[in-house]
Parts: sequence; structure tokens; C-alpha cells
Amino acid sequence: MADPLHQFIIQDIVPLSVGGIDISFTNSALWMVIAAVVSTSVLTLAMRGATLVPGRLQVFAESTYSLVANMVRENTGAEGMKYFPFIFTIFSVVLMGNMMGMVPYSFTYTSHIIVTAALAVFIFLFVTVLGFVRHGAHFFEFFSPPGVPLPLKFLVIPLEIVSYMTRPITLSMRLFANMMAGHLVLKVFAGFCVSLMSLTFVVSLVPMGFNVLMIAFEFLIAFLQAYVFTILTCIYFKDAIDMH
Amino acid sequence: MELDAAKLIAAALALLPMAGVGIALGNIFASYNNAVGRNPGAAEILDKKFFLTFALTEALAIFALVISLIILFG
Repeated sequence: MADPLHQFIIQDIVPLSVGGIDISFTNSALWMVIAAVVSTSVLTLAMRGATLVPGRLQVFAESTYSLVANMVRENTGAEGMKYFPFIFTIFSVVLMGNMMGMVPYSFTYTSHIIVTAALAVFIFLFVTVLGFVRHGAHFFEFFSPPGVPLPLKFLVIPLEIVSYMTRPITLSMRLFANMMAGHLVLKVFAGFCVSLMSLTFVVSLVPMGFNVLMIAFEFLIAFLQAYVFTILTCIYFKDAIDMH
Repeated sequence: MELDAAKLIAAALALLPMAGVGIALGNIFASYNNAVGRNPGAAEILDKKFFLTFALTEALAIFALVISLIILFG
């Protein structure tokens, strides 16, 4: 049976090394470049001949835009719209990574924790710096919610600090684990199908049918995880802008 | 040999949170259907919240699966 983990192996395409640091162009990097090129060119092409009565491609571009724009406006208010380009970029990076991973023989770069962790840590640092720039030392009050009696504060404040510090971990783990586990399940069931095929053809149709259902579910998860990643980014921005 | 057995037991135990996630997902689906059944007009607002809570809860089951896989193969 083929190894279901084989799909996650990073292969060098153009081996490069600068000063002992490996900066090879890998299949992961290749798919990131493809994602950037595809998302940029589709959005620009769709809006090039923009008309009042939109065509199919224009509807796609406009509804993607308004989906994220409404999400930012609802969660962070008018103040947060300044950061809309950043949040839209995050959304398209994660969505393209998840969706292109569903193409057979492609590589899902969001299934590597280093990619999602880099995104999440960047968001975390950005939001923390933003909070301190906007509120100065008052940002520390974020860890002490109003209306908590003094004895309880000894319990609440450490808890708030821990939950704030684990944000980049949970944010990156959620996306990475969902993508990795989903693709793993698909490949494991494909493996069942292959190994049953040699015994009885009819029985091998059972994991096959399950796999078809799982692929539909994976498309839902791919979109949903990009949506959740973005909405949580919006919530973090709201915390830094408004505090509570 | 005993270490291998302990590893397998630990990997199975790490999947126990799935039971809690199952209950939680059942609760989420039940209350969503309940709310939409009572007030179909609110479906549009509830949809977004439903998908967010669904994805957040479902992620916990995936965490458990990843931990179990790490114990098995890590």
C-alpha cells in the first residue's frame, strides 16, 4: 500500500543554498507562486472590463470581495476597514492554498505547520503592535476585563494572558490540522480501495463511495477553514482596535 | 514490546475527546435546526454563526486526531 504521508513530502525543484542556508525552490514554493499568480490574474481579469450588468467572472470577483468586506465591517467596524487589504490577502492566500490542494497531484502548502505558523505569528505580532500603538500602556488593561471582583482577578488575569499567548498556536494548528487530517483520510481510504481491488472488485467500491463523499466534504472544509481563519483575524483586529 | 502496546493504548485514548466533540456537534446542529424551524427569516444571520461554531468545534476533533497520529508515528 502506498504511503499516505507521501503527499506532504517537500521536494527540491531548484536546489539553492546561500551561506549554508537552504533556500531551494521547492514544490511548496512553486504552488505558492501559482496561487499568487492565479488569484491576482483572475481578480484583475475579472474587473478589467467591469460593466454595470456583471458577467460570470465579475460576479465571482465582486462576491468574493463583498464577502470579505462585509466580514471585516461586521466584526471590526468602520475603523477596521483600513486593514481590509491585509485581511483580503490573508483570505486569498489561505483559500487558494486549500482549494488548489484539492486538485489531484497538487501540493497543499497550508498542510504544513511552518506555513500556517508563519501566517499566524505575523498576524499576532501585527495585532499586538497595533494595540500598543493605538492604546499605549493601556493595552495591558485588555488582560483585566471590567467588572471582575478583585479576588477573581488573580485567576482571570493569568488565564487571559495565557489565552492571548496561545492565539497564534491555535490559529495555525486549526488550519494545518484540518488540511493535513483531511488529505490523510482521503489517501488512507484510497489505499483501502486499492488493496481491496485485488481481492474483490465489488467490495472495493465501498471505500470508493466513501471517498467521493469525503472529497465533497473536504471542499466544504477547505472553504470553511479559510473563512474561519479570516474571521478570527478580524476578531483579533477588533480586540486591538476597540479592546473588549 | 510493552512500549509499543502502551503507544497503541495512548493513541486510542487520545481519541476520547471525539466523544465530546460528537455531543457538541449534535448540540450545534440541533439548536441551529430548532432556531431556523422557529424563525426561518433568521436563517441568513444564523448561517454564518452556525458555520463558524461548526468549524471551531470540528477543529477540536482534528486536534485529537493529530495528537493520536503523532503518538502513533512520531
